[in-house]
Amino acid sequence: MSRAILRARGLVLAFGGVRAADGIDLDVLEGEVLAIIGPNGAGKTTFLNMVTGYLKPQAGSIQFADREITRLSPRRIVRLGIARSFQIPQLFREHSVLANIALALAAGGDFWSPHRPLLTTARETEAQALLQRFGLADLAQQRADALDEGARKLLDVAMAAALAPRLLLMDEPTSGVATAQKHAIMDRLIPALRQQGVTVVFVEHDMEVVARYADRVAVWSQGKILAEGPAGDVLADPTVRRDVIGLEGAAC
Amino acid sequence: MPTRLFALVGMALLLALAALQPWLRFVLTLALATGLAVLGIAVLLRAGQVSFGHALYVAIGAYTVAFARPLVGEALALLALAVLAASASGLVIGLFVSRYRDIFFGMLNLAFSMVLYSLLEKLYWLTRGTDGIRIARPDLFGFALSARDYEWGLFALAAVFALTSGALVARYLLTPAGQALSALKTGETRLEFLGISARRVLYQAYCVSAALAGLAGGLIALATLHVTPLLAYWTHSGELVFVAILGGTANMLGPFLGAIVFELVRVYAAAAFPDAWQMILGLVLLVIVLAAARGLVGVIEDAWMRARRSK
Amino acid sequence: MQLLLLAVLDGLAYAAQLFMVAVGLTLVFGVLKILNVAHGSLFAIGAYTASTLVGLIGTPDLSLIALALAALAVGAVAGPLIERGLLARIYDKEHVLQLLVTFALFMILEDVQKLLWGVKPLFEDAPVRLLGPIVVGDIYYTAYQLVLMPSVAAASLLILVWFLRRTLLGRTILAVTHDREAAQAIGIDARRVYLLAFTIGAGLAALGGALAAPTTSLVPGIGVQMIVLSFAVVATAGLGQIEGAAVTALLIGLGRSFAVYFAPELEVVVPYLLMVAVLLVRPEGLFGRSELRRI
Repeated sequence: MSRAILRARGLVLAFGGVRAADGIDLDVLEGEVLAIIGPNGAGKTTFLNMVTGYLKPQAGSIQFADREITRLSPRRIVRLGIARSFQIPQLFREHSVLANIALALAAGGDFWSPHRPLLTTARETEAQALLQRFGLADLAQQRADALDEGARKLLDVAMAAALAPRLLLMDEPTSGVATAQKHAIMDRLIPALRQQGVTVVFVEHDMEVVARYADRVAVWSQGKILAEGPAGDVLADPTVRRDVIGLEGAAC
Repeated sequence: MPTRLFALVGMALLLALAALQPWLRFVLTLALATGLAVLGIAVLLRAGQVSFGHALYVAIGAYTVAFARPLVGEALALLALAVLAASASGLVIGLFVSRYRDIFFGMLNLAFSMVLYSLLEKLYWLTRGTDGIRIARPDLFGFALSARDYEWGLFALAAVFALTSGALVARYLLTPAGQALSALKTGETRLEFLGISARRVLYQAYCVSAALAGLAGGLIALATLHVTPLLAYWTHSGELVFVAILGGTANMLGPFLGAIVFELVRVYAAAAFPDAWQMILGLVLLVIVLAAARGLVGVIEDAWMRARRSK
Repeated sequence: MQLLLLAVLDGLAYAAQLFMVAVGLTLVFGVLKILNVAHGSLFAIGAYTASTLVGLIGTPDLSLIALALAALAVGAVAGPLIERGLLARIYDKEHVLQLLVTFALFMILEDVQKLLWGVKPLFEDAPVRLLGPIVVGDIYYTAYQLVLMPSVAAASLLILVWFLRRTLLGRTILAVTHDREAAQAIGIDARRVYLLAFTIGAGLAALGGALAAPTTSLVPGIGVQMIVLSFAVVATAGLGQIEGAAVTALLIGLGRSFAVYFAPELEVVVPYLLMVAVLLVRPEGLFGRSELRRI
């Protein structure tokens, strides 16, 4: 069994009276693809925000690669090797797709060089290769604000992947796109990320997507983890089916 | 659009104008200096930020020249001091204002500039108040020049600074940090989650703009040989913003083109309508902004594209 | 001791004037999410109009009424004109464009003043003389500055807060402030709310100007000073904070008047030192709440 790359223990965070995290314990294993499911407001995004340092837990600790990261700033955490994508893609809208990736590549390299341009031949080649893996090569010269939602989602993850992280968190990578397109997106993302050898955690509402792409599943409910385990087992669990997936069906 | 070609042809044109009309030498020197300050404003506008107080740094550069003149006899050394003083101020004030965006960024800059204005006006023992300080004509390139040669020398200096600064800023804008300026406008969250400090991106640009404004102020002081608190007044800051929008920010030529047109028109118009000058500027600014026009550079770019297509 | 008292009285009077302008600025920002750089010009135009009207009427007994009328007129004319004519076109534009537009308006209005009233100082203190002096301890002070101005400021604060929290129309404004889309979804006409809020804000600025007019000679540039100072007040309090603006107006008013008596060369710097000191510790202002972007 591979070891845990991320270890969360006893995370608590309340907004007013709402406990978005109410004692979260979770291990993410190196190399796995873990799906987080659960109804809206269960605290899934809050968990991602705590891991990436955007929100600070009121109690508990987070370790990444045996290092305490609970109190670190988002920028420090990124540099340690945790990247993320967003439910609403956060793109540089006025830049081309290529420049978006190039900026992400530069962020992990010579970003502050006072003279070397963003688009060097080397960086352009690297960016093209990455776009190829994510199926965006044809769109390289398009402006980011001209893309359709599916391509925006892919670019959003590709930018995170460009940082060559050890752990990548995706917040609903298939939300906002037509059902038919969801699998197309995941078919691009998961192999590309596996090829890169990155550990993946993703929040997802579509159970078909979860069943097909996740190794393990963690079920969130009201700030707690209801169940956790191999995807097949968890999704077959009658309690989960009734309380979470049933509710999911109703919500969709 | 071949920016370099346009810049060189434009500069040759200015040179010819300055040779034909002696009084234009002075006006064009001021215009090129103003263009340098506006170049800094244009850099900040890339990040979607507008400073209503950059006359602050122009004034710091200009007063540095005035204060240092009794001790320093060489114009180039005075200019270096002006840039140094403005950059140092920018480094300190920038630490504070780079935390802010939009309204706060614009207004905090305005507040700082008005504080300096008031101080320049009030600390009479140091600044001689509204009378300002007269500056004895310094040497240039080590020579004590005649008034005419000094004017020529300063004009040449301004032209060289305009060309090199334009080229250097263009280069800076192509680096990742320069490209991240417009990323600041559209995706600050992403920038942070790429591990890049958005604040540092803006801070860097702010310091560049302060240094450019300081250089402009130094040149203005050397050309006019007289500094007054009005250099720091809000109307002057407003003019810098106005020229940036008038010239257009898409291209390094914009600030200089805008500044030249602005200074030439001002020679006539400001004298004809002394109490309506700001109003005219305001109206033109409104029209350009509301029409989402890209300024004079936009006009030229469109004409250039049409000319190429019709060929 | 006497100096101390004098500084406190000055500070109080000045804070009242500052608050009148700042509260309009913060109200307009809270509702429209636009910082009106030309707000100080409305103060100036209010002041000039008031002085002119007091002079025209000529009867000192009516001079206070003249002040109120001037403020009302400026607010009722300039408010809708600016909001409908200009701001309504830019609500969905980028921040930088909104700032540029109100800055352009500011440039225009500063010259409108010069064209209408010239650049010579204008001084009309009939209202101050009408109310006469008042004795505090052994200091003679004008009742106008010590009683009337703070009373009007306090009344404005109370009425505004009552209006916003207790009346249907006021609550409508607050609803739009908190969540414009939700408010529109339940049938609130946001356009009318914007118009109303901006007109109230403009009226408050003009009233501040009208009140200040008899206490000082009017010269070009008073509008600039006022926008910068009232921005300092509003920023120190936190943008959109109405009661907070009252507290910081007092803070900055007192700080400035103490500087006038005890460190005159620092007079112009003190308000900004206070602002910078507060913002360094609390970037969102004393009473503001920092909002985390949802991601």
